[in-house]
Amino acid sequence: MENVADKQRLDRDFTELYRAHLRDVYSYSYYRIGNHHDAEDLTEQTFLQAYRHFDRAQRESNGRPLRPWLIRIAHNLAANLYRDRSRRPVTQLDDAAVLSAPQGTEQMVEEREEVKEVLAGVSKLPGDRREALIMRFALGMDNREIARALGRSEGATKVLLHRAVKQLEESLEADE
Amino acid sequence: MSDAERVERLLRMALAPVDPPERLTDRLERGLSELTEAAAEELAEWELAAMSDPRNWVRPAAAVVVGGMAAGGLVLVRARQHQRRRQTGGLRALEKSVRDVAGDFEKRLRR
Repeated sequence: MENVADKQRLDRDFTELYRAHLRDVYSYSYYRIGNHHDAEDLTEQTFLQAYRHFDRAQRESNGRPLRPWLIRIAHNLAANLYRDRSRRPVTQLDDAAVLSAPQGTEQMVEEREEVKEVLAGVSKLPGDRREALIMRFALGMDNREIARALGRSEGATKVLLHRAVKQLEESLEADE
Repeated sequence: MSDAERVERLLRMALAPVDPPERLTDRLERGLSELTEAAAEELAEWELAAMSDPRNWVRPAAAVVVGGMAAGGLVLVRARQHQRRRQTGGLRALEKSVRDVAGDFEKRLRR
């Protein structure tokens, strides 16, 4: 950053990034951690850290979207959080046991049960598979973006997603 | 519909995007604007000073200020997080997180 005009341009760009991806970062944080309080802190930390390194990230991005970079920051901060707490995010997404009795049509009830089973299944997946599913289905990221966020090749990411869905499918079948 | 397509459809429902609460938006926007304003003021002051002192022309003051401010913000967030962590025990925290997800999920289904 060389002068006030550069700083203003950088702030404008950052504001744009923030507005475009606040919901993405929050959704990722929420599904990664499993509660709103920590998801709020993680989202805040992610944007503060992003602001700190935005100038460099923008220069090195060569025009590529910065969403994977943002999600990678959240991913690293979440990993630090669990390292600090000396535990992994075990059954955070498994809400099946605490949902109240369903109401509505038979189809809705059935669908609701299936969704609960899916959430429980997702929480039991290995970390990288769970994260890839969150990025794909909660954030709508494509293979290239997920690959950049996870620091993998596109091919490896495609395989990772395929295996995640397959494993989930098998665990749901086993529960039936 | 194949089994994989069925699972993907359920995944889309289960992992629907979550809107951040308003209090977070307020908090974040306040924090970020304080950060950018402070950095801008420092940068403007430094530019004025640098004009009269050539030795300061290459000093990366802005980067230091912006980085330092952001790091300060992070420290505060972490301190708050640490305090909250002390207040909620492991089991209570886990139960609470499960309840939070369940409550949110319930709201989404009702929409």
